[in-house]
Amino acid sequence: MNAPVRLKVDNLSKRYGGLVAVKNVSLELRAGEILGLIGPNGSGKSTVMKLMMGIEPCSGGTITLDGADITRWPSHRVARAGVGIVFQHSRPLHRQTVLENIKLALLPDSLIRLFADRDVDTRARAIADRVGLSAVVNRHPSTLPFADLRRMEMAKAIARNPQVVLVDEPFAGLTMSEVAAFSDLIRGFRDEGRAVLLVDHNVKSVAALVDRVFAMYLGERIAEGTADEVMRNPTVRRVYLGGEITASNKRNEAAAAKPPLLKVDDVSVFYGKAQALDKVGIHVGQGEFVSIVGLNGAGKTTLFNAMSGLVPYSGKIEFDGRNLNELTAGGIARFGLVQCPESRELFGDMSVEENLDLGGQHLTPARRHEQLDWLLELFPILRERRTQASRTLSGGEQQMLAIARALMMDPKLLILDEPTLGLAPVILEQLGRALERLREKSPVTILLGEQNVTFALPHADRVYVLEHARIVWEGDPVRFAREMGTGYL
Amino acid sequence: MQKLLRSPLLWIAVVVVIVAASLPLWMSAYLLGILTAAYYFGVFSMAWDLLFGFAGEVNFGPTFLIGLGAYTAAILDNQLGPPIFVCVIAGAAVAVIGGLALAVPALRLSGPYFGLVTLVAVLLLQNAIVIFAHWTGGEIGMTVPDVLSIDTNENYWYALVFLVVSAILLFGLSRSPVGLILQASGQDKIEAQALGFNVTKHKIAAFCISALFSGVAGAMLIFYLGATSVDTVIDISIGVQVIIAAVLGGRRTILGAALGAIFLILATEFLRPLGQLNTFVVSAVALAVILFFPDGLLGYVLRSGERE
Repeated sequence: MNAPVRLKVDNLSKRYGGLVAVKNVSLELRAGEILGLIGPNGSGKSTVMKLMMGIEPCSGGTITLDGADITRWPSHRVARAGVGIVFQHSRPLHRQTVLENIKLALLPDSLIRLFADRDVDTRARAIADRVGLSAVVNRHPSTLPFADLRRMEMAKAIARNPQVVLVDEPFAGLTMSEVAAFSDLIRGFRDEGRAVLLVDHNVKSVAALVDRVFAMYLGERIAEGTADEVMRNPTVRRVYLGGEITASNKRNEAAAAKPPLLKVDDVSVFYGKAQALDKVGIHVGQGEFVSIVGLNGAGKTTLFNAMSGLVPYSGKIEFDGRNLNELTAGGIARFGLVQCPESRELFGDMSVEENLDLGGQHLTPARRHEQLDWLLELFPILRERRTQASRTLSGGEQQMLAIARALMMDPKLLILDEPTLGLAPVILEQLGRALERLREKSPVTILLGEQNVTFALPHADRVYVLEHARIVWEGDPVRFAREMGTGYL
Repeated sequence: MQKLLRSPLLWIAVVVVIVAASLPLWMSAYLLGILTAAYYFGVFSMAWDLLFGFAGEVNFGPTFLIGLGAYTAAILDNQLGPPIFVCVIAGAAVAVIGGLALAVPALRLSGPYFGLVTLVAVLLLQNAIVIFAHWTGGEIGMTVPDVLSIDTNENYWYALVFLVVSAILLFGLSRSPVGLILQASGQDKIEAQALGFNVTKHKIAAFCISALFSGVAGAMLIFYLGATSVDTVIDISIGVQVIIAAVLGGRRTILGAALGAIFLILATEFLRPLGQLNTFVVSAVALAVILFFPDGLLGYVLRSGERE
């Protein structure tokens, strides 16, 4: 390729306190190419995009645009210099029409222009036409379907004719036909000679579109090349699938036969206009270990949040004979359905023991003591760290603390939402062993959400696959390894 | 232009102004006096709405700007006694400078801290006035030798014209490209920046404009009242009234803020027979509106039109 390099990133780093979010990332974005920047949640891909746009200052490295150093530039200057960004979530101006929202992007950054240039209107209409919004320019954003809102964001980003376009999760929440329309739009940008960066969770969703893929994990580059090469790359496969898939051999056959502890029927969830869950139905038996696997963005967290009463949903969720709709989020947790969220939600300034004590607030003191002892035995590292502030723990230790705190509530069903998030492989092994011990020593029923299949499979009695807001597969882990292992990524 | 003529808001505004202009013909001098003060309050609230509704910054200290304008004008009039308009201009200038001195550092902070800084500014100003009692009259306040007019009708006209002109300017500004950028900055700062707008610059400009109108209105109010004191132009409770009026009338509408202020002051007046209960009832009504119509009265009307 000999098209000129538009955006060049050299040895870029970003630290948040002690956490290294981006480590020595170098990449080039050429005119007329689409680069996919992929990585699982917490890999630092979105941070790289924010650094490029100047939304956050970088801790080290340089960013150049057409040869000019833009490393320390504020966001609005980067934008003026020719970089446009399509945010995944944005708040449009709700009192203005679609056309006015697009016009906004065309206005000069001036305090004294009280009247817009006359050609702004014509240009705004042309852009609306280009992204397929011409029929709805006079409507207000709140009346638009989700896909049209995304089109509007696209329109705003390209309004000023940027030479570099950054797109965050271009296809999240879109239907198949909409994905096709958006792909065409993005290809259109490339054909006009713009440089396009697509940020997404996985290769699969952008494979058909990208010329090149840059894969990240834990803030670092792990692979670069064509979509096929990256998908075949062993490191990438290990990150997404966790390496070789092994299934549990001590399956709990009896559990499947018992009446289900949890029954989810036809549950749908919408975030505004984006559908996050589409008529999902699952069941979990008493004492069973069920894994829900799916790539980031498939809807796992949404499903768990619906169960925990944190998001409104349609459909029915029954747990231990009660309709969960009748309970508040706090009531659900006390009733025995406890979620250990992806974000962990520890109280950072409190010690390990205080965090655990908080989890056991509704137990009797004697019971609490017993539970605490049992948990400190289950996670010996927490005993050592008892008096330390939980903020100072390593990622793996924090995850164990989060699980332990959830278990302090003495749940009937424990939901683990992506416990492997952002953890190094060696920590995963420790975490896996802890889960193993948990299964052997307690009757707790576990529902695990994971994108890392290797982590999810060995423990599971049964597996569901969630893809694009729907359950697409159900079966035992051995069959999963046979049937889904290859097509999953 | 055609769009403007078809807007129901314009015609409502025209009718309201005509009714307001006819009031001196039949209304009692007492009520006209109340309305005159209410109109200045209307400008306070509109200026505040520009900052809160558009720039998205909650200024808990509108009276810092108002008080700067009022006291500068009063002190100048007492010490040197130039024509009133010179005092008003000086008051406005000091309000803008004070506003800038406050906004530039405060806008570096995010979230509730900006609001807290503005709140502290009011307390500082209040203390400064008490400390420099020799110049300012301290806790008792001070009279000004000059007044706008001694005729009730004339005073009413000054206030009405000032309110209408301010409303046209502020409303026009809010609907201009500058207002659009300001709204975008208030609603999604990161995206506004990514669209190439220097958000800080626009917010500081909004603060200056808000300070300008607050300062002028504050200065004119004391030349109507003939006196100034901490309790009438600076006290936190006055600031709270300005804020409640704007929220009551409708956030992001500018005109609603003026209506809210007039409503609030008239309601307090009409409920005066209730004695001690009066403030309680007015506050309860304001609370109910904020709880059930968070967009405010005018905001609610406009919003129903938006869902077409």
